[in-house]
Amino acid sequence: MSKKVGKKLLEINDLLIEADIEGEWKPIINSLSMTLERGEIIGLIGESGAGKSTFGLTALGYTKPGCRIVSGSIKLDGVELVGKSDAELRKIRGNRVAYVAQSAAASFNPAHTLAEQFTESPVQHGKMKMSEARKRSVEMFRLLDMPDPENIGERYPHQVSGGQLQRAMTAMALGSDPDIIIFDEPTTALDVTTQIEVLGAIKEAVKARNVAAIYISHDLAVVAQMADRMMVLRYGDLIEEGNAREMLANPKQEYTQKLLNVRSQRVGRTGLDEEDIQLNVENITARYPGTNIDVLTNVNVNVVKGKTVAVVGESGSGKSTLARVITGLLPPSQGSVKFHGRELTPALKTRPKKDLQSIQMIYQMADVAMNPRQKIKDIIGRPLEFYLGITGKQHDDRVLDLLRKIELPEDYAERYPLQLSGGEKQRVCIARALAAEPELIICDEVTSALDQLVAEGILDLLLNLQKELDVSYLFITHDLATVKAIADEIVVMYQGGVVEQGAKADILAPPYAPYTELLLSSVPEMDPDWLDNLVEKRQRGELPTSESLGQS
Amino acid sequence: MTEPTKPTSTIESADAMPPPPRDESKASIAWRELKKAPFTAQFGILIIITYITVAVFAPVLAPYGESEIVGTEYDVWSNQFPLGTDNLGRDMMTRLIYGARNTVGIALITTLLAFFLGGTLGIMAAVLGGWYDQLTSRAVDVLMAIPGLIFAMLLLTIFGTSIPSLIIIIGVLDSTRVFRIARAVSLNVVVMDYIESAKLRGEKVTWIALREVLPNIMPPLVAEFGLRFCFVFLTISALSFLGLGLQPPTADWGSMVRDNATLITYGDITPLLPAAAIALLTIGVNFVVDWFLHKTSGIKDEY
Repeated sequence: MSKKVGKKLLEINDLLIEADIEGEWKPIINSLSMTLERGEIIGLIGESGAGKSTFGLTALGYTKPGCRIVSGSIKLDGVELVGKSDAELRKIRGNRVAYVAQSAAASFNPAHTLAEQFTESPVQHGKMKMSEARKRSVEMFRLLDMPDPENIGERYPHQVSGGQLQRAMTAMALGSDPDIIIFDEPTTALDVTTQIEVLGAIKEAVKARNVAAIYISHDLAVVAQMADRMMVLRYGDLIEEGNAREMLANPKQEYTQKLLNVRSQRVGRTGLDEEDIQLNVENITARYPGTNIDVLTNVNVNVVKGKTVAVVGESGSGKSTLARVITGLLPPSQGSVKFHGRELTPALKTRPKKDLQSIQMIYQMADVAMNPRQKIKDIIGRPLEFYLGITGKQHDDRVLDLLRKIELPEDYAERYPLQLSGGEKQRVCIARALAAEPELIICDEVTSALDQLVAEGILDLLLNLQKELDVSYLFITHDLATVKAIADEIVVMYQGGVVEQGAKADILAPPYAPYTELLLSSVPEMDPDWLDNLVEKRQRGELPTSESLGQS
Repeated sequence: MTEPTKPTSTIESADAMPPPPRDESKASIAWRELKKAPFTAQFGILIIITYITVAVFAPVLAPYGESEIVGTEYDVWSNQFPLGTDNLGRDMMTRLIYGARNTVGIALITTLLAFFLGGTLGIMAAVLGGWYDQLTSRAVDVLMAIPGLIFAMLLLTIFGTSIPSLIIIIGVLDSTRVFRIARAVSLNVVVMDYIESAKLRGEKVTWIALREVLPNIMPPLVAEFGLRFCFVFLTISALSFLGLGLQPPTADWGSMVRDNATLITYGDITPLLPAAAIALLTIGVNFVVDWFLHKTSGIKDEY
């Protein structure tokens, strides 16, 4: 192979990748090209199934099992990667191109300390001596702003937080001085407040080492903070490519505009009459059996009939536990749950059918919330039969009626859950909840597993159904964009307690409670300078940080 | 704000899988799958079908009566007695055919009993948890701690070697293993949100066990059924060989080996035929189980 000296660090030309889909080879990347220069960060954006990960990983000369490169070329510094043997590619991977995966927790070996895992690769490849590698790890941990960089390497993966683990993985990737780092949704699994810290650290470190990066994400606002250039992908095709700032200011394609618009805020509903309080959670304190730590302490929440109350907080704030207490799955140690002023029995088993019927629940993962061996008509139909005693022809008609309500075709009744897409599955879960004719539906992170545009559809559906049926929602989420979109009232939770509850307009306007302000300021905005400005403000002490909250 | 997303917009429906062809009957799907099956699985199915046919039509197929003495002892293979006669002068071929009926039939009933017992208790242990799970699991541990064959022999000497007690004793002892696997696979299912959802709905335990859990653990259970059947079959044969299984004059492959074992000293392979019949069925069943596991678990071999 002749060695050409090109200016570009990475050049991908007309790449065609096919995947084995049920025995047939079908294209999943349609002749895409990309160039990357030294020190440049390119963002790959798209919804799930867009091919962004598949395309990004080709910079390693790697395709996932069941995929193959059909034609095209991948040149790293002028050297062709397509057609190279695994042994040759292995030298490039880790040395010249490094990879940071979405789930750091799954990428680390739980049986070794961070430093052991950091030093393993360079020492094994004979690039560094053990002592050098150790020094290097401390240097890198410091670069990524990890606490106590000298000693944190002695900890095991489970002894550091998710955000720190993600930073440790970036440190490892940078440790071998690569030319390119591929970030595959590195912050998607993190809370907004943690995401900020990781994003900030990554951005600074990448700048400091002057490496090029491919940043893969479904979240346009996050990519906007990181990337110089962006490529919007959909079903393996390039939709739009260009300078990040220009694209945000002036998106040319309709699809990009749609992605941008998702985050715009909806006006909260006003003019709802008080005060028909439907659900009343009073002074709830709860702990899981066999533990002695209170997950919830003295929690009070009210839900007014026909309204949407959003419970917001990061993971571990106790918001899902609150749902378990209300439904009776976890009897509280103190306090009571009242429904229309009448106290509900604490345990699920002792609740009459009527009470069970009036509070229904929708889950985050629609995949596991439906029995994969039951047809859609049986899933939706069971509450009809169970609570309302409807059978026969009337039963079938109601099922079809419900399918129409959730805007799915009638022939879906005969399908199994596996034959539905993520958004469709969540719609079926909504129909199952509706079938019971409930007064209150608890929605536990119902949109967080879905792509933005699909999630948008689900939220629209829920709002329309509320108008039609006057059902109330207790909407549990960590995503403030969702809260803005759907809530009438907001409950902010932090470390097992309620920080504040109030109307959306009041909570989302100054003066803020410190934690609320931290949460709100952490939501990425479509402004490319947002991250830099935020970090600066926090350093100056104008905005609260997680540390400052922890101290107070 | 943009328009609300239409329910069947391309964004959502594109990544849904195409609906399966619905105008096909279950039988034709089964036939198509069978034709696609590897040679070993087809061979296994052929063996099983042959055994079942022989067992069902034994009186029609067999040239003589089950325990009818038709010739001299240890007669050689001839036109009259295709596989010779046994130690009492009964036709070997006839007894092999009836043996299929007795041994396979009893093994099948025993395995079904073991699955009914072990499966029910195992799923319940997973669904109910708590003290019920502790109680049944520890009881099973105790039963499993005693060597199986010796325990079975002990119980058979206490309760006598009738066919019902044979079935019940082996069924109960084997149900411990079914209990373990049923409980283990159910534990993976009961943590799913759809089980929680059913509990929230207020469903009874029987509904949860039968309608929510059972359909989802069928593949490993069916595979286990095939394997367990082989082991039960071998246990019965072993017990019969030792004289504690099926009692004479009932034709049974295990005892047929024992009764005619002396012939081996004279270089006659006749006593090995019942053993071969056992081996062939075991292999056949295992082939089918293997294929089934493959299909349901999605493991793909590199051919």
